[in-house]
Amino acid sequence: MSDQEERISETTRLGLEIVKEAEEDRLMTLSVGPQHPGSGHFRFTVKVDGDYIVDCDPDPGYVHRGEEKMCEYRNFIQNIPHLERPVIHDSSNITYSYSLAVEELVKIDVPRRAQFIRAIASELNRQVYTLYWLAIYGIFLGHSTMFMWPTGDRELLIDLLEALTGARVTHAYNIPGGVRNDIPYGFKDRCLRQVSYFEGRLKEYEDIFYNNPLLRQRTEGVAVLTKEDAIKLGVTGSVLRASGVPYDIRKAEPYDIYDEIDFNVQYMKTCDSFARAYVPLLDMRESCHIIRQLLDKMPESGEVRAKLQPNPKGPPGEAYRRVESGRGALGYYIVSDGTPRPYRVKISVGSFRNLLALPHLLVGSKLGDMPSVYWSLNYWPVEADR
Amino acid sequence: MTTPIEDFRFGPFVASVVWLLFWVLIIVTVIVLPLIFVILFYVPLPLVNGEVLTPYLFLSMMIDPTRTLPILNFLIYTEFFRVAVFPGFMYAALIAAATIFIERKFLARMQLRVGPSHAGREALGTGFEGLFQLVADGLKLVSKEIIIPAGADKPIFWAAPIAFVAAAAAVVCLIPVAPGWVVSNIDVGLIVAFAIFGFFPLIEVLFSWASNSKYPFIGGLRALHQLIAFEIPFILSALSVVILSGSLNLTEITYAQSSYWFILFLPISAFVFFMSSLAELERIPFDLPEAESEIVAGWLTETSGMIYGLIQLGTYVKLYALAALFVVLFLGGWMGPQIFPDQLGPPGEKPPLLQLLTLDGLYHGPTANAIFWFTAKTFLMIHLMLLIRGINPRIRIDILLHTGWYKLIVLSFINMFIALALIYGGVLGPGGLLTPN
Repeated sequence: MSDQEERISETTRLGLEIVKEAEEDRLMTLSVGPQHPGSGHFRFTVKVDGDYIVDCDPDPGYVHRGEEKMCEYRNFIQNIPHLERPVIHDSSNITYSYSLAVEELVKIDVPRRAQFIRAIASELNRQVYTLYWLAIYGIFLGHSTMFMWPTGDRELLIDLLEALTGARVTHAYNIPGGVRNDIPYGFKDRCLRQVSYFEGRLKEYEDIFYNNPLLRQRTEGVAVLTKEDAIKLGVTGSVLRASGVPYDIRKAEPYDIYDEIDFNVQYMKTCDSFARAYVPLLDMRESCHIIRQLLDKMPESGEVRAKLQPNPKGPPGEAYRRVESGRGALGYYIVSDGTPRPYRVKISVGSFRNLLALPHLLVGSKLGDMPSVYWSLNYWPVEADR
Repeated sequence: MTTPIEDFRFGPFVASVVWLLFWVLIIVTVIVLPLIFVILFYVPLPLVNGEVLTPYLFLSMMIDPTRTLPILNFLIYTEFFRVAVFPGFMYAALIAAATIFIERKFLARMQLRVGPSHAGREALGTGFEGLFQLVADGLKLVSKEIIIPAGADKPIFWAAPIAFVAAAAAVVCLIPVAPGWVVSNIDVGLIVAFAIFGFFPLIEVLFSWASNSKYPFIGGLRALHQLIAFEIPFILSALSVVILSGSLNLTEITYAQSSYWFILFLPISAFVFFMSSLAELERIPFDLPEAESEIVAGWLTETSGMIYGLIQLGTYVKLYALAALFVVLFLGGWMGPQIFPDQLGPPGEKPPLLQLLTLDGLYHGPTANAIFWFTAKTFLMIHLMLLIRGINPRIRIDILLHTGWYKLIVLSFINMFIALALIYGGVLGPGGLLTPN
C-alpha cells in the first residue's frame, strides 16, 4: 500500500469515527429502571433518537428468588406455599400445573369433584390477575378511572376466593391430590351472582376504556407483532392469541375436566397493541362462561382430596405438565429420584417468553408508546425472575 | 384521632398557659411594638374622612360598630385590596383551593371510592371530611426539604417556580369579575393575557434545562412543543370573539354580551378554546409533559418540597384564570338574571348595629349579583375541565401535535369566517339586527 493510500484510509477512518460519534450524540439513553413508575421490579434501558426508540435492552432479575433451587430442599407438599409467591395474584394457576406434574409422578387419581373445584378456583384467579393487570394498564395510559374500577371489582372476586380458600391472595389451594378443603355452604349461589355482576362490569369497562377514541388512536396499529414473528419468538397466552393464533392450553392439551367444558378460544387478528390489551378482556368474559358451566356440572358431593402418604413419593421419573395461566402457558418440569423431594424442578413461565418480544416491539416505536407496549405484553416481572 | 394525654394535671397546665402568655407579652412589648412604630414612622398614613388613619384610630374604628363601615368602605377601594384580595390573588387562590377539594371528591365519586376522608373530620363533622386535606398537604410540602440536584442551574431553578406563580397571577389581574372590579382594566387586555400565556413554555423549558436531568429535559421539550402547537388555535379562537365584540378590552367584551352570549354564535371557537386551555393546563388528556409512566414526572421530576407546591399552586391559579377567561369570552362574564336584592334589610335609617349587619353602603346588589354569576360560571367551567380527567387516557405527542396544528387551527378559522359573515351580513356588529341599542 502506498503512502498516499494509507493517508486516505486513515482519513476515512477518522471521518467515519466522527460520523459515528455524531450519531451517538443524537441518542439519549434512558433508564426505565426498577424504581421507575412505568415499571416494577424490572429495568430496561432504551436509547431514544428524538421521540423514537432505537434500542432496547431488558434487564430482568431484580426479584430472583431461587424458587427452583428451593424446591429441591422441600418435599412435594411443602413446595406449594413458596411456589405461589412469584404471582400471588394468580396463585391457583401457578400451583395448578405443579400439582398436575406431581400427581403424574406420584400416580395419584384426583377425585372428580376436586377437579371441578380446582378449575373454578383457577378461573376465578385468572380474573383476579387479569383485573390487576388491567388496572395497571389503565394507569400506564393515564386513565385513572380504569385504575380504580378494576381494583375495586377485584375486591369482590377476592372476597369470593377468600370464602373458598381462606386467604385473600396466597391461597395454597391447589395441592397434589385435589384441593385443600371443600367449598363452603352457599358458595354456588354467591359465585353465580358475582359472576353475573362482573359480566355487566366488563361491558362498562369496554364503554369507558376500550371504546375511548383516544385509546384507540394511540394503540391501534402500534407495535404490530405478526403471526410469524409471534410464533418465532415463542410468545404465549394473550399475546399469542392477539397475534391471530388461536392457541390455548385448555383447548390444545386439556387437563382435568377442561375437555368436558364448552368454550371458545378468543383471539384477534389485528396483532397490534390494542389487540393485546383487548384479548384479556375477552378471556375474562369467556372465563365467566366457563365458571357457569363448571358450577352447573359439578357433582353435588364427593371427595375433594385423594388420600396420600405423609411424605408422598413416586418411582424415579420425570413429568412435564402445563396449564393456561393468566399470562400464557405455565409449565413445570419435575425430575424425581424416588425420594419425597424433587431432584430438579424447572418452571417455564409465560412472562419470560413474552419478554422476548419486548425489544422486538419497542425498537422503532415512540417513547410515548413504551408503557402501553410493555404492559400489553402481559408480563409479570416477579414471575419472569422466579 | 386524638391521643389522650397521660398524667394530665390541671395546675401545671394553667401554669404553662400563664408562662406562655407572659412570654408572648414580653416579646410583643419588647420587639414587635417598637418594630411597628419604626415602620409607621416611615410609611405615609392614608386619610379617612379627613382623619389620619393611625393604628389606634384603625383599632377603635374596627371595634366601634358605627365607625366600622367607613373604614371597610375605605379599605376595599384601595389598590392593595384589589391586587391582593378581591379580584386578585386571594380570590383566585380560594377558588383554586375549592377546586382541588372538589376535584378530589368528584373524581373519587366517579371512580367508586371516597376520596380524602380524614383531615378535618373531627373539626368539621361528617359531610366535610377531607376539607383540610389541602392544608395538610401544604404543611407537609412546606416542612419538606428542598433538594437541588447536583449540577443544577441554581438561580433559574429557584426563580422558575416563582415566575410560574407570578405569571399565573398576572393573568388573574386582567379578569373582570364584576362591573368595575378588575385589577388592571387595559384596552389590550386579551393580547396581554396571551402574551403572559406565552411565558409558560419558556419557564418550563428553562426549569427543565436547569434541572440537569434527562426526564425533565424530555418533559420540557414536550411542554414546548405542546404549548406552541396549541397557542395558535388558542389565539385564533379568541380572535373571532374580538371580531364580534370589536374590542380587546375584557370588560367591553363582557358588556358586548349583555343580551346574548358569544357561545351561541361561536360554538366551534368555544370548543377550540376549551381544548386549547386543557392543553395549556397540561391536564389529562394533554398531560404529556408530566406523563408519569413514561418520563417519571416530566419537567417536575426534580422538584421537591415547596418548589413543587408553588408549581401546583400556579397550575391551579392558571386553571382558574383559563376558566374565567372562557367565561368572559364566551359565557357573558358576570351577566346573569338579577337574583340579589338591591339592599339588605329594610330601607331607610337604621340603628348602627343593623347597619353593620346589612352592610349599609358597602353592599351593592348588582355587584353581588355579578360576583355570584361569575363565580358560578367559572366553577361550571372548572368542573367541565375536571370531568375530562376522569374518562380519558393520555394521548401521544404526534397525535397531539396533529390535533393542534391541523384540526384545531382549521376549526378556529371556520368559526372566524362565520363571525365575519355575521358581521357583514348585518346580523351583529354596529347597526346589526341583534345588536342592542
